[in-house]
Amino acid sequence: MRGSVHRRSSGANGWLLSLPALLLLLVAASGPLVIVAIYSFLEPGDYSGVRWIFSGDAWFRILFERDIFDQTVSLADANLSIFWRSVKLSLATTLVTFALGLPTAWFIATRPARSRAIWLFLITIPFWTNLLIRTFAIMEVIRNQGLLNTALIKIGLITDPIQILYTDTAVLIGMAYVYLPLMVLPLFAAIDRFDFNLIEAGYDLYASRMQILRRVILPIIRPGIVAGCILVFVPSLGAYVTPRVLGGGKNMMIGNFIELQFGQGQNWPLGAALSMVLLIVVLGALLIYTRVASKEDPHG
Amino acid sequence: MGKNRAFDVTTLPGFTAIAILAFVLLYAPIVTLVVYSFNGGNSVNLWGGFSLKWYKIAWENEAVQGAAVRSLIIAVWASVIATSVATLAALGTTRRKRFRGQTFIYVMINQPLMVPEIVTAVALLIFFSSVKLATGYSGLGYLILAHSAFCVPFAYLPIRARLEGMDTSMEIAAADLYATPWQTFRHITLPLLMPGVLAGAMLAFVISLDDVIITEFVKSAGQDTLPTYMLGQLRRALTPEVNAISTALLVLTVLILTAFFIITKKRG
Repeated sequence: MRGSVHRRSSGANGWLLSLPALLLLLVAASGPLVIVAIYSFLEPGDYSGVRWIFSGDAWFRILFERDIFDQTVSLADANLSIFWRSVKLSLATTLVTFALGLPTAWFIATRPARSRAIWLFLITIPFWTNLLIRTFAIMEVIRNQGLLNTALIKIGLITDPIQILYTDTAVLIGMAYVYLPLMVLPLFAAIDRFDFNLIEAGYDLYASRMQILRRVILPIIRPGIVAGCILVFVPSLGAYVTPRVLGGGKNMMIGNFIELQFGQGQNWPLGAALSMVLLIVVLGALLIYTRVASKEDPHG
Repeated sequence: MGKNRAFDVTTLPGFTAIAILAFVLLYAPIVTLVVYSFNGGNSVNLWGGFSLKWYKIAWENEAVQGAAVRSLIIAVWASVIATSVATLAALGTTRRKRFRGQTFIYVMINQPLMVPEIVTAVALLIFFSSVKLATGYSGLGYLILAHSAFCVPFAYLPIRARLEGMDTSMEIAAADLYATPWQTFRHITLPLLMPGVLAGAMLAFVISLDDVIITEFVKSAGQDTLPTYMLGQLRRALTPEVNAISTALLVLTVLILTAFFIITKKRG
């Protein structure tokens, strides 16, 4: 009997026990993705939905448009500007959160053990707080009659409120605000394992602070940096709530553009094709991340 | 060592200042939101004295009541379902020899963390709209199913972490004393695993309660949850009612998280 509790035909049992979870995820998560892939190759229906006729048109229309009269093909500028805005804002969000997140993670990791848990908890609360609530909160700060403009007018720096809300800047501020904890947490995990004696060794060898940061600290915590950047970049690229609330109707990102195809746009195949593009880009980024992580940190 | 020296190796120039700034930036908007939920005035901008007026208005608003009840029903069902299947999957994938397809199971379970939510939302919209058409059923079942699925990884992670920290000696002892596998599971494994299961259920509950995008796409008419109700309010003039609802949700989240940390800390 000894040792038989968990050893018996472990593969078959493993599969059997995982089966309910797999079925649930197949029905309500992975399976429907296959339908999206299929829909992207169909023709749009008259009002919504699809007609079951094979067509590559949706994929074509992601980047190009055809003139209705003379059939000339040109780049779809409107779409391209949405893609460019999404990539630009996601990269900017990643940079801003890194610039704020690295010192924050460093600060938490160098606190004494007892207060460290409290600082970490303070980062975790916004992380788990409803994204919509946090977006509302930042909206109330940056709106024309909001905290920021009122304060700037009071101290006499400006006379009229600056229009931030419903601009790209608003979306950037909002995304940096809601995704900052996603940058801090992996950076903290990396710095927490960092051996501070290395810094002392560096100073003993007459390195400057900048040299220590660039030549000692950053290379060692690189897996944490990569993880943080991916964790911020990926949800930024697929963001929907923040650009919708803070960008208004005009400053769309890919997520809002996809939604449009299922709402007013009524072009389900185009929406499906755009979803597939977003999915492929995101999975590509995650694949690069796992490559980097497994190469540099075989135990993590 | 190094502690009493004037030159502390752990400080870098400007880092502490930026960190403090980051914490201020992180909390100032949330604090403002909470403060204005107690605004006696009618606007989200002008302070009109302390009052619980907007809590009363939100509490008596039938649309908010309906959305709150719906949010709770969905979150309870989703966390129960997700935690049950995640517990089984965690038992199936930890503390045993690696088996063929284990990586596939990991990928499947963590899939909701990797796929952008908008893509899943669109996929479920397409799938469920044809199921609705075929069956005629348009109840909360779709939302419960969708929420259960994306909650699975959040329930799975703490349960798996707990299992990995448990050794098998107690279970082997029980088996040596002729306990049946079911008795061993019921009286040894499950009680030991319970903190992990509770932690998993709490995370799943919070995640379900917070969801906006998937709910927005899957819900039928009249199936607003609190977050989608709040998103809908954006089209009208915002009142501090939204702040009151947000604050209530915030308090609930913080309470659950505090309980979560107490439960997971006890392990050590």
